[in-house]
Amino acid sequence: MERFKEAAVAAICDGLGGDRGRLLDVLLEVQRQFGQIDGESIDAVAAALGVARVDVEGVATFYSFLSSEPTGRVVIRLCDDVPDQMMGADQVAEALEEELGIGVGETTADSEFTLLRTSCIGLSDQAPAALFNDVPVPNLGPSSSRRLVREIRAHPREVDLGKLLVREYGDGANSHDLVRSAVKNNLRRPGEVIFAPMAPGAALTKALAMSPAEVIREVKTARLRGRGGAGFPTGMKWEFTRAAEGAERYLVCNADEGEPGTFKDRVILTERPDLLFEGMTVGGYAIGARQGILYLRAEYAYLRRYLEHVLARRREQGLLGQSLCGRAGIDFDIRIQMGAGAYVCGEETALLSSCEGLRGDPKNRPPFPAQRGYLGRPTSVNNVETLCCAARILELGPGWFASLGSRQSTGTKLLSISGDCTRRGVYEVHFGTPLAEIFALCGADEPLAVQVGGPSGQLIGAADFGRSVCFDDLATGGALVLFAAWRDPLEIASRYMSFFVHESCGFCTPCRVGNVLLKERLDRIRAGLGEPADLDYLRELGESVKTASRCGLGQTSPNPVLSTLANFRPAYERLLRQPSGDGAQPGFDLAAKLATASALAGRRSVHVGPQGES
Amino acid sequence: MSDETITLTVDGQRIPARPGQTILEATEAAGIYVPRLCWMKELLPGGSCRVCTVRVNGRAQAACTQPVASGMVIENDTPELRRLRRDIVDMLFVEGNHFCMFCEKSGNCELQALAYRFGITAPRFPYLFPQREVDASHPEILLDRNRCILCARCVRASRELDGKAVFGFTGRGPGKRLAVASADGLAGTDAERGDRAVAACPTGTLLPKRVGYAVPVGRRRFDHEPIGAEIEPATASE
Repeated sequence: MERFKEAAVAAICDGLGGDRGRLLDVLLEVQRQFGQIDGESIDAVAAALGVARVDVEGVATFYSFLSSEPTGRVVIRLCDDVPDQMMGADQVAEALEEELGIGVGETTADSEFTLLRTSCIGLSDQAPAALFNDVPVPNLGPSSSRRLVREIRAHPREVDLGKLLVREYGDGANSHDLVRSAVKNNLRRPGEVIFAPMAPGAALTKALAMSPAEVIREVKTARLRGRGGAGFPTGMKWEFTRAAEGAERYLVCNADEGEPGTFKDRVILTERPDLLFEGMTVGGYAIGARQGILYLRAEYAYLRRYLEHVLARRREQGLLGQSLCGRAGIDFDIRIQMGAGAYVCGEETALLSSCEGLRGDPKNRPPFPAQRGYLGRPTSVNNVETLCCAARILELGPGWFASLGSRQSTGTKLLSISGDCTRRGVYEVHFGTPLAEIFALCGADEPLAVQVGGPSGQLIGAADFGRSVCFDDLATGGALVLFAAWRDPLEIASRYMSFFVHESCGFCTPCRVGNVLLKERLDRIRAGLGEPADLDYLRELGESVKTASRCGLGQTSPNPVLSTLANFRPAYERLLRQPSGDGAQPGFDLAAKLATASALAGRRSVHVGPQGES
Repeated sequence: MSDETITLTVDGQRIPARPGQTILEATEAAGIYVPRLCWMKELLPGGSCRVCTVRVNGRAQAACTQPVASGMVIENDTPELRRLRRDIVDMLFVEGNHFCMFCEKSGNCELQALAYRFGITAPRFPYLFPQREVDASHPEILLDRNRCILCARCVRASRELDGKAVFGFTGRGPGKRLAVASADGLAGTDAERGDRAVAACPTGTLLPKRVGYAVPVGRRRFDHEPIGAEIEPATASE
C-alpha cells in the first residue's frame, strides 16, 4: 500500500512536470485520490519535487480544502456564512449530524461521509448551500439534506455525485453539459457593460489594431478603476507592469471572490466567460504578457471543465494561443490555477504566493506585483469584473464607458445582494446608485442595517441609507447583505469576526492575535459580562490591528467591531454592566472563577464577602 | 548601492540615508532605535512581527521592509506608535505561554527586553493559554513552542545562513505553528547545536541544552542596559 501510494504520488508530480511551482496542484490531486494528505504522501511529494519536507507540510496545512486527517468519500461542506445562518444553516447542520450520526468535523465509521462547515462558497443568494465534494447544492433544508444523504447511501457505486444531487438544472450555462449544476444565476438586472450580449473577438480585434500603449490609453481615458474594492486605476496598473523590466510578464485574473456575501464572479464565469477571457487577452497584449493565469477559487471547481472548454474553443477560433487573430508574433494563452480554500488568497500578493505553490501568505510590498510579481516577474493582477469592463471599453470605446456612472466612478457595478430581501441575486447598476433605490430593486423593506462590501466593509444603519454606491462614497467590491429590523448587529459582528479568525494567514502578529482578542471581548459583552471601559478597549485594539497589519485582511478585519461600535452603539450599551461603586470590576464573575478554581482543586473554596457573609 | 545621499526626517530630526537602505537600516546608522523583533542583521527582512511599525508621510509601514526615499517624513517615537508597539508585544505574550521566571532565556530574551523597555509589567489582554508542543527529541537542542512568537528568524537563518531548511510553519491564523523538517521531530532533522538558526531565536524557543545558567541571571545581556541601547548614542539613554 505504501509503495503504491509513493508511486502514485510520484506519478502525480511527474504529470505536472515535477515543477515545484505546481505544488498546490499536486496536493489537490493527492487529496482527491487519497482523501487526505498524510505524512507518507508529504514525504513522497517532497522527494519527487525536491522540496524541503517542512515546506510541503506548510502548504498542505494552510488550505481548508486539504486535510491531514482521512476524509470520507463524500465531503459535505456546509456554508457557514451569515446569510446561510440567517436562512437556517444550523438546522441543516443538525439534520445532517443526526442523519450521518457524526458531528461537524467528523467522518462516518464507514468512511463514506465527512461533515464540515466552511467559509462563504459564493451562494449567498440561494442559502443555505453546501458543497458535496465539488457539487454545489443550493437552497438546502433539513429534510432535503437528509434525503440527499440517503440518496448517496442508496447508490454507493455512483461516482458522479451530480447525478444523485441535482434534480433540476439552473438557468443559462448552469445546464450546460459540462456544468450540470442546480445553481441559479439570479441575474435580476443585467446592465449594458457586463451582461449585454457579446461577440467573441469583437474587443480583441479592435485592441490588436492599436499599439499596446494605445490600448492602455483607452482604458485610462475610460477612467476604469479596479472592481475588487480598492479601486486602483487599471490603466495605470497596466502601464506600470508594461514599463517594468522583465523577460516575461504575466496577467493574472483574481477569480477568488471570497468576501462573504459576494457571488457576482460566479455569474460572470457562468454566463460571460468569453468576455472575461477577452479582457484577459486584451490586458495581456497591453502589458506585453504571453501567459495569463485564471486563479479560480476551489468553491467554483464545478465550473472548471466548462471554462477549459471555452478556452479550448477560443484557441480554435484563433482568439487564444499563438498568433492571435492571425497576427504572427502575438501570443497569449491562459491556464487555470485552482485555489484550495483560503480567503486571504483573494489578496493579490497572497494569490501570487498560491500560484507559485507556496503558503497563501501575502508578500512584502514594495516591490509591487507590477514590478516583481508571479515568479518575480512583472505581473498585473486584475479582478474578473474589471477585465470584463476593459474588454467592453475596447469594443465600444472609452467615451461610451465613461458616460455611464459618475465622474469619479465610471461604468457599472455588479452587486451581490443577499440576506433579508425578496429578490436576492446579482444586479448591474450604474455607479452612483443610491442605496434607497437598490433596496427598492431587491425588495428590502425598511432594513435595520446593510453590510456593504462584506465583513471587510461596513455595517451601516438607517442614518447612512441616503448614501450611494461609488468610489467616493460607499466603495465596495459589491456585496450587500441586508438585515431586517429584528436582527442583532452584535451577533452579525461576532460571526464575521469568527470568519476573520479562521481566515487570517497568521503571518503578522496584529491580525493573527488581534482578531482573536477582538472576538473574545465582543463575545464577553454579548454574554452580559462587559463593562463601559470595554468599548474603548475594542476601539483601541481595533485601530491597532488596522494600523499595524501587513495586508488588506488585517487592515479591514476589525471593521465588523468598529462599524457596529460607530453605527449601532446602543446595541452594545444595552448589554454593559455598570460599575457597582465597590471598586470591583463589573465584568468579573467571582462565582464562575471560584467554580473553576474549585473544580481544579477538587474541593470547594470558601469565599468571605466584604460584610462577612460567605 | 550608490554613494548618493538623501535626507529623511525622523521625529523632526533630519538624518542622511543611502538609496537602497530600509528605514530601519538608515535610522540605525543615525543612532535612532526603532524597536524590532523579527528583524535580524544578516537575514532578509520578514516584516511579520510589526513591532517596527512607523508612520511614513502619515502611512503606517514596517521600517524593516520599507525602502527609504528622499524627503520621507517619518514618525517613530510618538505616543500613538508607542501604544501600538506595546499592544503588539502584549499580543505576543498572551498568544503563547511565557513564564519568564522559569525560562532560562530570561535576561537574554528580546521579547522580555522589549516589554521592559516599554514599561510593561503585565499584558492588558487576556491570556489565551494555547496548547503547544515541546520537542525535546534532539540530544543537543530543545524546542519549546510555548515560547515561540512565530518571527521566522530560525526559519530564515536555517536557509540563508546554515544552508539547510530545518524549520518552517504549518497551519494558519491562530493555529500557525513552528514545524521541523521531519516527522520524527527535531532529532530527525539535520539541525546541529552550532546552527545559526538556534542562536537566532529571540526567545527561549530554541535553546542549546546543558548551558542554561552558564551565565547567571544578573549578568545577562539585558540585565543592565535596555534593548536598543547599543544603537542609541550614550547620551540618549542617560
